[in-house]
Amino acid sequence: MLRVNDTPGKLIIVEGIDGSGKSTQIDLLYKWLQAQGHSVYFSEWNSSALVKSTTKRAKKRKLFTPTTFSLLQCTDFADRWENQILPLLKAGVVVLADRYAFTAFGRDVARGVDRQWVRNLYSFAMQPDIALFFRVPLDIAVQRITSARANLKYYEAGMDLNLSESRIESFELFQARILNEYDLMVDEFGLTVIDGTHTVQAQQRLMREIVKQELKGWKGLPIPEGSPQILLQSEN
Amino acid sequence: MSEPQFYGAGFPYLKIEDLPGKLIVLEGPDGVGRSTQTQLLRRWLEDEGFAVSDTGLRRSEMTQQGLDDAKKGHTLSRITMSLFYATDFADRLENQIIPALQAGFVVLSDRYFYSIMARDIVRGADPDWARKLYGFALQPDLVLYLKADVSDLVSRLIHGRGLNYWEAGMDLRPSDNLFDSFLDYQSRLAGLFEHLSQEYDFVTIDAGRPVMEVFSDLQEKIRALLEDQQPIYEEDLK
Repeated sequence: MLRVNDTPGKLIIVEGIDGSGKSTQIDLLYKWLQAQGHSVYFSEWNSSALVKSTTKRAKKRKLFTPTTFSLLQCTDFADRWENQILPLLKAGVVVLADRYAFTAFGRDVARGVDRQWVRNLYSFAMQPDIALFFRVPLDIAVQRITSARANLKYYEAGMDLNLSESRIESFELFQARILNEYDLMVDEFGLTVIDGTHTVQAQQRLMREIVKQELKGWKGLPIPEGSPQILLQSEN
Repeated sequence: MSEPQFYGAGFPYLKIEDLPGKLIVLEGPDGVGRSTQTQLLRRWLEDEGFAVSDTGLRRSEMTQQGLDDAKKGHTLSRITMSLFYATDFADRLENQIIPALQAGFVVLSDRYFYSIMARDIVRGADPDWARKLYGFALQPDLVLYLKADVSDLVSRLIHGRGLNYWEAGMDLRPSDNLFDSFLDYQSRLAGLFEHLSQEYDFVTIDAGRPVMEVFSDLQEKIRALLEDQQPIYEEDLK
C-alpha cells in the first residue's frame, strides 16, 4: 500500500518492461500538457545526481547484490522524491514519472528480494493519480530492444542472476519474471493497463482521454504571464 | 552461529545453510571507547587462536565516495540519507561480514545497524519503516552495549579528538553551538538506545569505568559465548 496523494498536485506515472513504448508515450504527454498551459515536471527513473557516481562505479565493477541494487535505486528515488517530486506536488504541479516504485517491485523481486520488504522501502511514496502499465507480449518487447540496441548491458540483461550465458536469453528470462510481477500488481495497485501493441497514436489518444478526465475541473499551479513555455526541466 | 537468523526476510536469494563463525557487535555512543576495546579484544582472541575480522562503520567500497561527497555538500535529505546508509551497511554485511562468518571467523563489528537506525529515528524517520528496512540484517550472536553518561563522553572527546559536526547532530540544528548540540543530540540517542537494548537483547556494560575493567567484563561475556570452542593452551601443543 502506498499512501494517498494529499497534495494539490497530480502524479502521473508510466510503467512497463523495456521496449513497451512507455517512454515515447510519456514524452508525448509531457509536450501535450505543456501546450495545454499546465505546469508540468518530468522525472526519470535512476536520474539523481547524488547517487549517480555510486551507481556508475558499482555497475562498472559489478559490485551489486540484489539487496544493494534495490537499496541504491530506492536512494535515487528518495532523493528525487524529497527534493523534486514531493515539493512540486505540494506546489500544485503535474508531475510525470517515467517508471516509479512499481519498477522496483518488479525488478527487485525478479532479482530475488522479498516482496514485502521492497514494498516497505517505498512506503514513503504516494499512490499516483494515474498509473499506466504499458503491456506488450515478451517477444515484441525483446525484439524492439534487441533491434534498436547494439548490445545489452550487464545489469539490464539481468546477467547478475546467472540465468543464462547468453545476454539475449538472460534478458528474455529476466523480463519474463518482471512481466509476471507487473501482472500481479495490476490488481494490487490498481494499474491501468494500456495495450502497447496498438499504434503510438491510438495509445496516445487513450492516454490523453484518461488524463483529461483526471484533470477535469482541476486548477494547478498557474504559470506566470510572459514566462517561457518550458517552465520546469528535469535535471537530466 | 550455525543456523543464521535474520530480523526479517534476510537475503532470500542467498542460500546460507551454515555460518560457523560468531558475530559479536560492540555498540555505544561516540567517544565511549569502542575502538580501543575492539583492538584489545582482537589481540586477546587471536592469542587464543581465533581468526578475527573487525569491521566498523567505515564505508564500503561501493558507497564510500558517494557518501563522502554527499556529506560534504550536506545535501542529503532525511529518507535519502537513511537509504544511502542502509545500502552501505548491506554491502558490508553481504560482502564482508557474512563471508567471514562462513569462513569461521569471529567477527567483531564496531557498531551495527542499530546505530544507523537510531540516528535515522532521531532525525524523524518512521520507526516502523526503519525496522523493516533492516529486515535483511543478520541477528548477531552477542551485542555488547557500552553505556556511559553523556557528560563522560564530552570530557573524553574534548580531551581526545574533539567534537564534530555530525556527532553533534548539527544538521538538526538543536543549538547554535557544538557543545549544546552534542549534549542534546547524544541524550536523545541514549534515550533511544535504552529502548533498542530491550528490543534487541543488548548486554549492557557500564563503560564509565577504567578501560581494563570494561575489557574484563567484555571478555567474560565473550568467553561464555565461545565456551564450546576451547582456546589453545601451550601445554597441548606438541
